[in-house]
Amino acid sequence: MARRDTVMRKPKDTRGTARRLLSFLGPYRWVILAVCILSLISNVLSLWGPNLAGSAINAAAAGKGKVDFAKVNHDAGLMLACYLSSSLLGIAIGCIMLNVSKRMALQMRQRVFDKLMRLPVGYFDTHQAGDIISRVSYDIDVISTCMATDVVQILTSTVTVVGSLVMMVSISLPLSAVTLITVPVAIGYTAWMRKRTQPRYAKRSRSYGTLNGFVEEMLSGQKTILAYAYEDKVAERFDAINHSAADAYADAEHYGVTIGPTMGSINNLSLSLIVLLGAVMYMRGGIQLGSISSFVLYSRKFAGPINAIAEIVNELFSALAAAERVFTLLDEAEESADAEGAAVLRDVRGDVRMEHVAFGYDPSREIIHDLSLHAEAGKLTAIVGPTGAGKTTIINLLMRFYDVDRGRITIDGHDIRETARRSVRSAYAMVLQDTWVFEGTIFDNIAYGKENATMEEVAAAAKAAHIHPFIMRLPDGYQTVISEDGGNISKGQKQLLTIARAMLYDAPMLILDEATSNVDTSTEREIQRAMRELMRGRTCFVIAHRLSTIENADNILVMNDGDVVEQGTHRQLMARDGFYRKLYTAQFE
Amino acid sequence: MRLILRYARKYRWYIAGVMLVKLLGTGTELLIPYVMEHILDRVVPAAENVWPVLLWGLAMLGLTLLTRFLNVNANRLSVRVSKETTFAIRRDLFQTALRLSGRQMDRVGLPSLISRMTSDTYNVQNFVRMIQTMGIRAPIMLFGGIIITLTMDTGLALILCVMAPVMIALVVFVSMKGIPLYDQVQRALDTIVRIMRENITGIRVVKALSKEPFEMRRYGEANRDTARKEIRASIIMSLPGPLVTLFLNVGLTLVVLIGARRVNSGDIEPGVILAFLTYFNMILMGIMGLNRIFMMLSKANASANRIAEVVDTPEDLTPLPEAETAHPATGDMLIFDHVTFSYDADSADGQDDGSRFLGEGRRQCLRDISFSVPRGGSLGIIGATGSGKTSIVNLLMRFYDPQQGHVFVDGRDVRAYDRDSLHRKFGVVFQNDVIFADTIRENVVFGRDVSEDALRLAARDAMASGFVEEYADGYDHEAAIHGANFSGGQKQRLLITRALAAHPEILILDDSSSALDYRTDAALRKAIREHHSASTAVVIAQRVSSILALDQILVLHEGEAIGLGTHEELLERCPVYRDIYETQMGEVS
Repeated sequence: MARRDTVMRKPKDTRGTARRLLSFLGPYRWVILAVCILSLISNVLSLWGPNLAGSAINAAAAGKGKVDFAKVNHDAGLMLACYLSSSLLGIAIGCIMLNVSKRMALQMRQRVFDKLMRLPVGYFDTHQAGDIISRVSYDIDVISTCMATDVVQILTSTVTVVGSLVMMVSISLPLSAVTLITVPVAIGYTAWMRKRTQPRYAKRSRSYGTLNGFVEEMLSGQKTILAYAYEDKVAERFDAINHSAADAYADAEHYGVTIGPTMGSINNLSLSLIVLLGAVMYMRGGIQLGSISSFVLYSRKFAGPINAIAEIVNELFSALAAAERVFTLLDEAEESADAEGAAVLRDVRGDVRMEHVAFGYDPSREIIHDLSLHAEAGKLTAIVGPTGAGKTTIINLLMRFYDVDRGRITIDGHDIRETARRSVRSAYAMVLQDTWVFEGTIFDNIAYGKENATMEEVAAAAKAAHIHPFIMRLPDGYQTVISEDGGNISKGQKQLLTIARAMLYDAPMLILDEATSNVDTSTEREIQRAMRELMRGRTCFVIAHRLSTIENADNILVMNDGDVVEQGTHRQLMARDGFYRKLYTAQFE
Repeated sequence: MRLILRYARKYRWYIAGVMLVKLLGTGTELLIPYVMEHILDRVVPAAENVWPVLLWGLAMLGLTLLTRFLNVNANRLSVRVSKETTFAIRRDLFQTALRLSGRQMDRVGLPSLISRMTSDTYNVQNFVRMIQTMGIRAPIMLFGGIIITLTMDTGLALILCVMAPVMIALVVFVSMKGIPLYDQVQRALDTIVRIMRENITGIRVVKALSKEPFEMRRYGEANRDTARKEIRASIIMSLPGPLVTLFLNVGLTLVVLIGARRVNSGDIEPGVILAFLTYFNMILMGIMGLNRIFMMLSKANASANRIAEVVDTPEDLTPLPEAETAHPATGDMLIFDHVTFSYDADSADGQDDGSRFLGEGRRQCLRDISFSVPRGGSLGIIGATGSGKTSIVNLLMRFYDPQQGHVFVDGRDVRAYDRDSLHRKFGVVFQNDVIFADTIRENVVFGRDVSEDALRLAARDAMASGFVEEYADGYDHEAAIHGANFSGGQKQRLLITRALAAHPEILILDDSSSALDYRTDAALRKAIREHHSASTAVVIAQRVSSILALDQILVLHEGEAIGLGTHEELLERCPVYRDIYETQMGEVS
């Protein structure tokens, strides 16, 4: 239904998009050619049917006792054969096209996903998940439905329309003239109605959108509404929204529901005219009764696709618009390929240098101007600063989610831009504040970083992360399924799971974003303990929130508004009496 | 289904009208081919001149126009009925949903409630509209077609009478097979969308661990599974159309064969065969219509039942008569008297279905909690996640009733209050509370009688006036849905403004300053102490610093009170509290 409701969006480059869409059908070109031929045969056969029926009726029309049974039987036999083979062919064509279109959808969905995996992290920072997902779930569906139904329909319709027209003309030229009146009326009427209904359907969709949004918002704040005895006011507002949704529905349908009966009446009008004209011609001896019958049947066949033509064109355009959106995504710039002969890091010691690094997400707005630091193997670097100071930017650069604009970053002396991405990233284990789990067993979630991990290894990592006892308390232990939103485990437990994951991954260096609020104290202590264990013997970069971390750090980067404003050990920075000291003393006020 | 009948009852005469008009419309529609047959078989052969033919032709034309008129009006009237019915259903549904008790809300679940409010009501709306017209049209087409053909020639009509049930059975059978297949497809699609969402949100982790190839494989499997199911479901669902056509065409051939014999024996005129061909088409449409009704019915029935489940929920937690309520021992503002509580009232006997495990917050309960806060006094509550802190608020405001013990507010059992008058005593900020898409002013005032001065004073006390007054439109600044255009700290300050604005008798802050920095938090506490000392305050916090100055502090551990006293007393007596205090002194930011 939603398809009908969307306002027709015209694609920008129709021809280019169409050509590209066709290229997806490339592998199936022989199949499609076969479908074309089959549908031609099937339609010719089904067109021949009424002709045979007419001929049989003519043979029978002689009246009582004068029926030519040889001819009737012969024609009826042929008729049955025609209809049978045409129907079977039709079913076969439908199955083939469904197969082709769904396979094409399969391929497109995979292409989109594979593309996503190759896109730089930055793409996901600037595009909404919902938008990306709608390209897979909605746009590709529109395209594939169009391929399955509309392409077949166009194929068969063309044959049907041309074929019926030829038959009609061959039966009687004057009768065919009737369609010259009714067909333009039908087409004109649909076009006219479309102009009237479409904005109304669009309005209806919008008001449904408003309604959905309001319901979602209010029900998720239900407790607050009750707590402030606000429910009558909210109900009042809902009434207004409900009203306008109901009105928009009725308004759109008021016009929408006239289309069916009107098209029907145009068809009946055409029928009346044919009969009328036919009768007059019959009385003058210009036509046989059976011919009028077959003419009526053909005119029906002829009218069907003509009535649907506006619909099909509309669907084709929305499919092209959908295809264009999918192609835009497929055309996004990917992460640059690794440099030729990129080095692969082996036995990483974990000696990291940033030398005069400059970087900005937006080339015109540099965030980091000239940053140098040296993290020796096994040392702890803490990054502190208020929210939004650019702490995660450093991590993005270290992991090579982004490349630096100037300067360079090295690991054990290798410039990371000349090193395979995979090998840079695998040198780090990462625990982020936004903990991430996927729908799967706890075992799979912990073993995520290490293929073929054994139960012993996973359990050992979980023990080191102090989450093992909790897991064992669950009814299915390590086989318990947890989900994306982690609704069934707490935030703190998710954090511990990701620590266990990092433990098992066992990389020589560690990037840590310490969790802050919303975790209760005892879980927080578990997390702290687990993190300390994880940090032992590794080069660590920590976005720090805790005094203990900061005081022990070998080097502290103090960031503010995207700049590293100070750098040094805790003692050095306290002695300087600058931004860090202010930040540090704030809590004791 | 009973729900739909209940709501449509009001419009029963109206609906009867619609059906009558539709009946007439379908009747005239059925007459058209009958007239056509009459013209060709009787009028034309007998006509001396062209006038009788013309007259009959005009009748046919008139019928055509009348048919359109009747059908269009029937459709339009049915739109009105479905509009009004759905409006009423949605209104009642929303009103009930808004007033569901905590326990009822838990049972239904928010996402399900939202989909009942939206897509389910759309399904019902569609059904109500279509059943009034299609429900008449399809059976009439089918049975009317059969009856008319019976009157024309019983022998030929028998062919139809044999085939129609077979076709109906076939269509219904295939649809019943197909519908569950579509459910499977939907689930498979949900899976690929889920995997995609997981990868978009976790892109950093995926890339850090170089799991792109793995994810492509994982997605690929789900994708192929989806395509397989899609192909199967859509092929099965595409079958009824061509199969029915095939059957019908076979029937047509039989009509021609047998018709010829009956013409020969003088039982019928040749024109009857032609009319039969037309009625066959009509019967085909009738069968397809019945199929659609059948599918719509099963969908609408499921939706209606889901709606009825909510609408028919009896109001929970209604005020008890004074005689059945308990009476407090003292006149303190807030009293918990040996309260024991669990969210899982039904499975309190320890039965666990084992298939899922609930989050800590749900499973945990309160055991034998007692405390008492005098008017103007203050209570701090601290404890791990899931220790039952929020449950205390839920009981105080009577979102739930405890299994044992009593809760008293202002000298009365909470069960004695009418809901709104109980709630008006409170100013509350819940954990993860919501800002609605409205102006800042309306978000604070919330339909209460709050003067402009009170608004500004509250904003100043909540440390919100600074950033609000920076907006050009000040308090008329629009908040986005869920307050997405504010930072976490700004949202919390607005929520506190809301709670303070009406100078409530009881102020409840549940984890409402977690996103504030220490300095703001301290200033906020000072403002509340100075300007809202008349309010009885309950503050729930993770940070010790937020509660340590309050009159009493309650320490909760797994639903039990393990400490109650002042900060100093607890430091001395309660090891858990001391532990929390010491851990937190190591936190900055």
